[in-house]
Amino acid sequence: MAVTSTMRRRYRGGGPSRTPAPLLLVAVVCAAAAAVPLVYLVIVIAGSPSAAGDAIWRARTVELLVRSLGLALAVATTSSVIAVVLAWLTVRTDLPGRRLWALLTVLPFVVPSYIGAYLFVSALGPGGVLVQVDWIYGFGGAWLVLTLFTYPLVLLPVRAAMRRQDPSLEEAARGMGAGPVTSFLTVTLPQLTPAIGAGALLAALYTLSDFGAVSILRFDSFTRVIYQSYRASFDRTGAAALAGLLVVVMLLLYLWEARVRSTRSSARSAPGTARPLAPVPLGRWKLPALAFCTAIVTIALVVPVITLVVWSQRAVAGAPDWSAITGAMGNSLLTAGLAASAAVLVALPVALLSARHPGRATQTVEAISSSGYVLPGIIIALALVFVGTRAAPWAYQTLLIVVFAMVVHFLPLALGAMRTALLQVPRSLEEAGRSCGRGPLSVWATITAPLAMGGTLAGGALVFLTAVKELPTVILLAPTGFQTLATEIWQQTNASVFEAGAVPALVLLLVSAPPLFFLVGRD
Amino acid sequence: MIRLPRLLATALLAFALILSTSACGEDDTSTSSSGATGAAGAAEDVGELTVYSGRAQELVKPLLDKFTADTGVKLNVRYGDTAELAATIREEGENSPADVFFGQDAGALGALQKAGLLGDLPPATLDKVDARYRSTAKQWVGTSARARVIAYDKREINEDEVPPSVLDLTDPKYKGKVGWAPTNASFQAFVTAMRKINGEDVAEQWLKDMKANGTKAYEKNGLVRDAIAAGEVQFGLINHYYVLEAAAKEGADYPVGVGFAKAGDPGSLVNVAGAGILKSSDKQDGAVQLVDYLLGDESQRFFAEKTFEYPLVGSLPSPEGVPPLADLAQPGLDLSDLDDLEGTLKLIEQTGVL
Repeated sequence: MAVTSTMRRRYRGGGPSRTPAPLLLVAVVCAAAAAVPLVYLVIVIAGSPSAAGDAIWRARTVELLVRSLGLALAVATTSSVIAVVLAWLTVRTDLPGRRLWALLTVLPFVVPSYIGAYLFVSALGPGGVLVQVDWIYGFGGAWLVLTLFTYPLVLLPVRAAMRRQDPSLEEAARGMGAGPVTSFLTVTLPQLTPAIGAGALLAALYTLSDFGAVSILRFDSFTRVIYQSYRASFDRTGAAALAGLLVVVMLLLYLWEARVRSTRSSARSAPGTARPLAPVPLGRWKLPALAFCTAIVTIALVVPVITLVVWSQRAVAGAPDWSAITGAMGNSLLTAGLAASAAVLVALPVALLSARHPGRATQTVEAISSSGYVLPGIIIALALVFVGTRAAPWAYQTLLIVVFAMVVHFLPLALGAMRTALLQVPRSLEEAGRSCGRGPLSVWATITAPLAMGGTLAGGALVFLTAVKELPTVILLAPTGFQTLATEIWQQTNASVFEAGAVPALVLLLVSAPPLFFLVGRD
Repeated sequence: MIRLPRLLATALLAFALILSTSACGEDDTSTSSSGATGAAGAAEDVGELTVYSGRAQELVKPLLDKFTADTGVKLNVRYGDTAELAATIREEGENSPADVFFGQDAGALGALQKAGLLGDLPPATLDKVDARYRSTAKQWVGTSARARVIAYDKREINEDEVPPSVLDLTDPKYKGKVGWAPTNASFQAFVTAMRKINGEDVAEQWLKDMKANGTKAYEKNGLVRDAIAAGEVQFGLINHYYVLEAAAKEGADYPVGVGFAKAGDPGSLVNVAGAGILKSSDKQDGAVQLVDYLLGDESQRFFAEKTFEYPLVGSLPSPEGVPPLADLAQPGLDLSDLDDLEGTLKLIEQTGVL
């Protein structure tokens, strides 16, 4: 087999390995699927380049770009800080109830951003039930809300990395007299950089693509203008041009993050079985630590849930239609489950390539595979409308195209987690397996895959949790009449007020909890 | 403790994969049936129509169900945002599975007409509706009408204190007291009307002055109304039915009232929800049947009573609490001109309102 010979050459030769052609080929095919929206953007922009140019050179484009990037960086930064503190508290310390905190602090991720934003407006906005603050509309509000609902994107990979970290390094530092803080800052944190970078990049890209929160919090972002192009002027060229610009921005962010990542290596030097590190006693810091966790969970989870419960009691639209909600729940689970499985499969070759064979070609494949996450859902959906009706009419408005769209949209979520996991599998173990005479596939199946399983599942779970609340691609691409919880919320809130969507929103939170529980309780 | 969850995870993944293959199997069957309807040109069989509805399911589903019950014609209805569904039809082009587009505003219908995707409606259908409320190019027809109003807080403002023109709202005494929804299609249609009635310069100045006067922007008309009810603002520029439907639900002491700017003012613009038939549809007869049904007595009564809109056919009364349609005449305005949203969007962007 070609794989075998290529890989054998690699292992015998030592030194920087050549990329096996079959793996590259499979990865390129996967990336090609992810490139469908890009092809669509090129077709539309090429269709009337002057209109596209006009849209970009409008004076406000630069301003919007700066504002959106500013928000993305701010959200990524605060998310990272919150995530690192929470991860450290729940993995490394003797925080009381840390398993429970580990679960609760990840849960805000399942709150759809527009629901979260609306909850905050009704709590803190003018006439708000808690207090009234001016900054809720605009940058401040968008920063707060997006941070609270995206920090789990950083928390999950950082927690995973922290658990897999080699304890001996920190023990050595402690043994030489460094305090817990010093050893954390000088030993632990640098090792976490790849995980933080990957998570922060996702948080930043999500912020750039989000429409729900920024529209309700009245923050003029790039994505909001893209939606406007469709809604107000039916202008697809302008929208495509702006989306193209968003992809360019994403590529720059991506390259920046990749540079940070490439300078670090995070594989354990010790054998693959995790040895638990003695937890750091918090001592007098126990109360502040608990207060911090409580504050985050209260703001990002308890308040939203209570508000939703209160709203559902108000029953704006009469008694909820439980049969519709149950059906929608089944459809949500089905689409999200399929999207998660498919995304993991598609991400696998790209992640392998990325973790084992870095280089120019790899970086290109990876960048293209990641582009879907920065694009607003409406662009992904319309791209697949355009391509689907022409290239695959048999799949148009079926579950197949919905799942395809979700894979394109959320692939980076799986990719990031899987790449991190693969990077943490020590090469020496694989090489030891090879030197015992095992073939590369056998090594992969018995050594690499089991060790990378955790990260793979984490990636799949992230896709699941994102796909379960996904709206635009389902509305435009699903079979006619196919309702998910997200479309149910949309139908209700579209016809009347946000309160009417409370019941399906609560169900959405409930069905998202088990995969999260599984994800966090795994270890 | 470590083994079991992993095993579980593997089982779950395998389960998902099995599901995926079986689901693909399902897809195949559903596709072949929809493919069959798509290519039913061979024999005109009006057994099934596909409708893209920008009007909310909660509002119009009962009516569309009634159509199926009355005629035996099954409807596949895709509900979504009016503009996004129009954009979808644009991307689908000739391959669109839709037969009828049922939209929330004239602008989206006008855009599809301009893109050459709608076909001509028969004169008998068009003539049911006053010429003001249908396309001059004969490709779409209004099915119900909605008026722009100056909604106000009844606790703070008397009805006779509602200004006679939206142009008055730039007065400093309204500073910070007005809410609007600049991203909303009906707001933008209203600005387009102002450009046509009062001229570009007046519209531009008005937008600038309104912004400078601290007018608060909301994402939806309904949120503007709720902001009035919550005492956040005292006036709101929205459509009439948002207030009527809330008042019907909340009872007589609902604090928001509808005020009308004087006839001819863009602040009392009458716009329509309407329908058009796709040129690419091979079920023209069935599609016409549906559009005619929407213009029929029963549907018109439904719009008046259930969605609190103005009926456009026959002599049905207007909903309670609003002046008759004839009193809101816009002498200087052709509804078809409202499709010039591009200019409006530019204006709204230039003035920094969006």
